[in-house]
Amino acid sequence: MTYPFDRWLGMLPMDRSLVLLLAGVLAALIAGSLVGFILAKTVQGEAGRATVANLNARLRAWWVMVVVFGIAVATGGMGSLLLFGLISFLALREFVTLAPTRVADHQALFWSFFVLLPLQYYLIGIGWYGLFAIMIPVYGFIFTAVRSVLAGDVDHFMARTSTINWALMVCVYCVSYAPALLMLEIPGFHGQNAALLFFLVLVVQLSDVLQYVWGKLLGKHKVAPVVSPNKTWEGLIGGVLSATAVGAAVWWATPFTPAQAAGMAFLICVMGFCGGLVMAAIKRDRGVKDFGTLIEGHGGILDRIDSLCFAAPIFFHVTRFFFDVSDQVP
Amino acid sequence: MIAGALVKLAKVISGARAVWTTPIDGDAQRIFFANHTSHLDFIVVWSALPMAMRARTRPVAGQDYWMKGRVRRYLSAKVFNAILIERTPSSASAEEKRIAARAAIERMAAEMGTDYSIIVFPEGTRGSGDEIAPFKSGLYHMCMIKPDVQLVPVYLDNMNRILPKGEALPVPMLSRVVFGEPMAMRRDERKEAFLERARSAVERLRENHG
Repeated sequence: MTYPFDRWLGMLPMDRSLVLLLAGVLAALIAGSLVGFILAKTVQGEAGRATVANLNARLRAWWVMVVVFGIAVATGGMGSLLLFGLISFLALREFVTLAPTRVADHQALFWSFFVLLPLQYYLIGIGWYGLFAIMIPVYGFIFTAVRSVLAGDVDHFMARTSTINWALMVCVYCVSYAPALLMLEIPGFHGQNAALLFFLVLVVQLSDVLQYVWGKLLGKHKVAPVVSPNKTWEGLIGGVLSATAVGAAVWWATPFTPAQAAGMAFLICVMGFCGGLVMAAIKRDRGVKDFGTLIEGHGGILDRIDSLCFAAPIFFHVTRFFFDVSDQVP
Repeated sequence: MIAGALVKLAKVISGARAVWTTPIDGDAQRIFFANHTSHLDFIVVWSALPMAMRARTRPVAGQDYWMKGRVRRYLSAKVFNAILIERTPSSASAEEKRIAARAAIERMAAEMGTDYSIIVFPEGTRGSGDEIAPFKSGLYHMCMIKPDVQLVPVYLDNMNRILPKGEALPVPMLSRVVFGEPMAMRRDERKEAFLERARSAVERLRENHG
């Protein structure tokens, strides 16, 4: 198909649909920043000011995140691998900091950070699907448990090993599925997989933002008062539906038809919500409000990617099951 | 430049965040005293200080460790400007230990001069992190020599998990450096009472901010 500004877009090192998506996000950010700027000048009252200050802090962080993500995607597979590898590293450190591990787990943790994590991203880099999909849940889980038991400390052993396993699962294994989207082989979509990654991140993050916005505007009935008191049915439904609509509207950048894109976006939103809920429960359990202080207005990196953790692997596998051809016998 | 890079590296590895429970400013000479669980401890405290304060603060460290090899010698002398103290072997007699301790205290006081602050770990040795051990008397004797110095309790959170005693490689978890309210030795305060008061100041930081 042909795009607007075709000649100009052809000069950029990226896929055209990707450039259009990125331009759309930048336009939305500029609009949002303008609104934030105007609100900062006009809103009165202490509570209102605090909300606007938080909104603007979030927007500033969004600028940084969009620029970083844009560069990563534009530099192709390597940039994305490095970015998500770094995200995994920072997320894992936030997770493990809160985990009740002991000195006996030190070696297992060292291996998790400096061997298993890089190895997972290396396997994705070389496109070895068969091993990347099982490395952590098979070899990683067994190895870390054995390494901890060799240290000879049985206090809370089950809680400690399962925490390390879950940390690897959420922070490394699940997150690594985002750049793994680049290895899918979809007919007629060769070389454009970065758009899939963009689709996933766009829908997941937009769903978060829109749930927040709809919740602030209309939120009344709590979805999960014990786990996450700020989440409301109004926010959830409004956010999921509007993010699904945006996902459907950018179908032209994906290998999906509009209806398929809507279905995928809906799936991503629902999994994102589930991920956010599970991570909120972990935070409650450990008695903290945020996982860290890395991103102003957002908390830690894990607070920002909590909804990506579950959405990425599910989106990958559903897409692979229905659209990928690499398994098919010719 | 090396100092700047090391500060950044230490902050990345330890993910250290400084928490100031009370604002500390002015040019007073200070003794920062902290709980001790890891070889990285003094670098982390030192890195957490504002730059101007860092330039006038010297860590106190064991000569046996920091004189080994050219890199360590360079770092301790040129980068940290450390005050290196000879540790007496555990086989030494009580009298020898007493004399050596006395000499070390006098060295430290002399090296502090009228400008420098120091970082010390009064537990004397690295602990497991489960509890803060009773303080050795060095802190008391320092205060006898330099009574006007400001004492700043510091609690290091999570360092025992980042690089525990007996491990060579760090796990990059997040840590915090909590600076407490400055205190001073009271006139006529008994040694044991003072040391316990100092220890409980760090203990309180752990309870309230740990």
